[in-house]
Amino acid sequence: MAYVAIADRDHHLHDPQTFITKYIYSQDHKVIAIQYGLTAIFVGLIAMALSVLMRLQLGFPETFSVITPEEYYQYVTLHGMIMVIYLLTALFLGGFGNYLIPLMCGSRDMVFPFMNMLSFWVYLLSVLILLSSFFVPGGPTGAGWTLYPPQAIAPGTPGIGAGIVLMLLSLAVFIVAFTMGGLNYVTTVLQARCKGMTLMRMPLSIWGIFVATILGLLAFPALLVAAIMMLLDQAIGTSFFLPSMLTMGEESVQSGGSPILFQHLFWFFGHPEVYIVALPAFGMVSDVLATHARKNIFGYRMMVWAIVAIGALSFIVWAHHMYVSGMNPYFGFFFATTTLIIAVPTALKVYNWVLTLWKGDLHLTVPMLFAIGFIFTFTHGGLTGLFLGNVTVDLPLSDTYFVVGHFHMVMGVSPVLVLFAAIYHWYPKMTGRMYNEMLGRWHFWLTLLGTYSIYLPMHYLGFLGVPRRYYANGVTDFMPDSVQNANAGITIAALVVAATTLIFVFNMIWSLFRGEKADGNPWGGTTLEWQTPQTPPVHGNWGDKLPEVHRWAYDFSVPGEKQDFIPQTEPPHEGVVAGREHGVHH
Amino acid sequence: MSVAMLFAALGVAIVLWFLMVRRLRTKPWIEKGTIDLDDGIAGLDAERVGLWMFLGVVTSLFSLFMIIYMERSGFPDWRPLPDPQILWINTALLILGSLAFQLARNAARHDRLSGVKLNLTAGGALTIAFIAGQVLAWRQLTAAGYFLAANPANTFFYLITALHAVHLLGGLWVWARTTLSVWRGLESLDVTEIAGIRLRVQLCSVYWHFLLLLWLVLFYLLITT
Repeated sequence: MAYVAIADRDHHLHDPQTFITKYIYSQDHKVIAIQYGLTAIFVGLIAMALSVLMRLQLGFPETFSVITPEEYYQYVTLHGMIMVIYLLTALFLGGFGNYLIPLMCGSRDMVFPFMNMLSFWVYLLSVLILLSSFFVPGGPTGAGWTLYPPQAIAPGTPGIGAGIVLMLLSLAVFIVAFTMGGLNYVTTVLQARCKGMTLMRMPLSIWGIFVATILGLLAFPALLVAAIMMLLDQAIGTSFFLPSMLTMGEESVQSGGSPILFQHLFWFFGHPEVYIVALPAFGMVSDVLATHARKNIFGYRMMVWAIVAIGALSFIVWAHHMYVSGMNPYFGFFFATTTLIIAVPTALKVYNWVLTLWKGDLHLTVPMLFAIGFIFTFTHGGLTGLFLGNVTVDLPLSDTYFVVGHFHMVMGVSPVLVLFAAIYHWYPKMTGRMYNEMLGRWHFWLTLLGTYSIYLPMHYLGFLGVPRRYYANGVTDFMPDSVQNANAGITIAALVVAATTLIFVFNMIWSLFRGEKADGNPWGGTTLEWQTPQTPPVHGNWGDKLPEVHRWAYDFSVPGEKQDFIPQTEPPHEGVVAGREHGVHH
Repeated sequence: MSVAMLFAALGVAIVLWFLMVRRLRTKPWIEKGTIDLDDGIAGLDAERVGLWMFLGVVTSLFSLFMIIYMERSGFPDWRPLPDPQILWINTALLILGSLAFQLARNAARHDRLSGVKLNLTAGGALTIAFIAGQVLAWRQLTAAGYFLAANPANTFFYLITALHAVHLLGGLWVWARTTLSVWRGLESLDVTEIAGIRLRVQLCSVYWHFLLLLWLVLFYLLITT
């Protein structure tokens, strides 16, 4: 069969010879994954530092004179863009996608290793372009992370010169990098699975990454189109997005463009982007929960279907980000309906996670703690999403801190908790060592409680009508003094969480050298990556022979078995007929 | 924007159908033992699947441009350009190029090396002529005073034709590598390498047919608005 030929094709193995080809220009998916991951975490820490600066300004206004209003908006913009695209997208797909797809599917590498390597280097280039905007005249763009025109390129906004140009260029370059990587992920999942690994035997991590990548491939072009067009508007004075307007008392050169068009393009990308981040998180958290609860995932087939359904629906909800831009009421009605429908498969997943825990043999390891924490934060963030999905509720809340609270709960904290869970879960496999358990627990509890202290109060601020995007609130009639106290408290919590993240970084680096040696399968995992002959897996992953898969990924605590897990590679036991056993239900 | 929604729904539906329809009813928790992969595309080459995925991305990109183009062309400040006559010649060149690639593909299937050499080279040359013709069209328009930023119709014209040409240039990169290895001779190559070249010729023809189709749609759109 052709699939064996591809998965086992030897001349694709490009064995690395020197230090450079092994660790720098490597075509090995595991090295590329780590390169992606480290770069993403590095820019993520920068974005976190920016958020700390923002919080200092909001919590203690008029204390930090070094933060000007212009800089504040630049921090907002870069914080948002880096976190959503350069950290979350890159780490979930470039990092974990790269690491897990070949290992969990039982292949030796990605199908196009050279393109895979190129993907990382182009990604790095996009990051460098982005960071270089801090050092150009006028600084980075301060247009807000959605970069809405006309203000993104109209006088009065910080960074309308080199700043916005570099931002758009960097996005275009990132999309090229993502496309190269994404074609690899999809094709590898489709073509290079080992013998016996049918689609419905794939672990949910792979399902999440797979569907998210398809979303990315279809949605990122919209951002590319928007970026190219705005680049032309800015650089050579076309008028795609610029209407005629008075800026600084003068009539603008450009006219006739449509700012709303940009919003449609941006959100046609932007909403699927939410699920490009969320679906891999859904998948990976499912695997972490099942493994540490020693129980099969509840409703595997429904979980797969929910991932696919959410992916499909995510393309027809984008205008719920634009209710305040004004639209035909029927249009709003349609998008409110689709938005609420998407809650059905999502809620189904939450129920299934909880039911996976039900009567499980819970091992409260650090990854498990993070995974359970995710169920809480995601449910809270998701419920407030239902508020905002309704047009009439969204209109008064849209420009308040309620949105900031909702968004960070569902798209900030939740995926990040899964990332932490995933990093702790696969750390022994990636490094061959265990992390420090005590530091990990501190990290979890401080992060969970800290982020709740940050974002829960924001919902109340939102109900009071405290506007988001403001550099300072000043004195108003509708904001009581307690608003300022809440802001100060939020800032203190943010400082604690930021410091806690440094504990995590320390733990990862320290454990790399001083951590206890881990064996190949410390959690009793069933999926293929835990069955590699070496830990960490070496080049080519599987030694001489590719694995063969005989069962699904969730044979935990099967009655009558000696161990509480059966690896996917384990053949059916004697007496059990191989193949389908019709009419047998567990 | 309803067109955009239709497009997205259609794309997703195709993917769903392709992936799911045969596998969705299995009960993986019951099945034990190895199962042959019969997902429908398991027998295809990875490169072929990768190319089709890429064509999906390109379709998404150009569909979005076309939707915006149609939307924008309805505005009152739209001043259509005269359509340079050379575009018709260019279109003929690209059709011939696509045809040459098809002939090269047929020759490769029957292992007729001389046919592959001739048609592959002709296909590439015709494509280069097409791109040169497009550049000529831009120069004619610029000379006649239709500058890039003067009117959205101009901007769209330059932008869409340039993007299409960039995709052809990407194809020419693969074409150049394939043509070079064909001209160098196949005597020293082993069976898998020859199969690789045959595959590349095939995939080039797929890509060229796709870009021809795309051009015909774009051309129609440009001359009718």
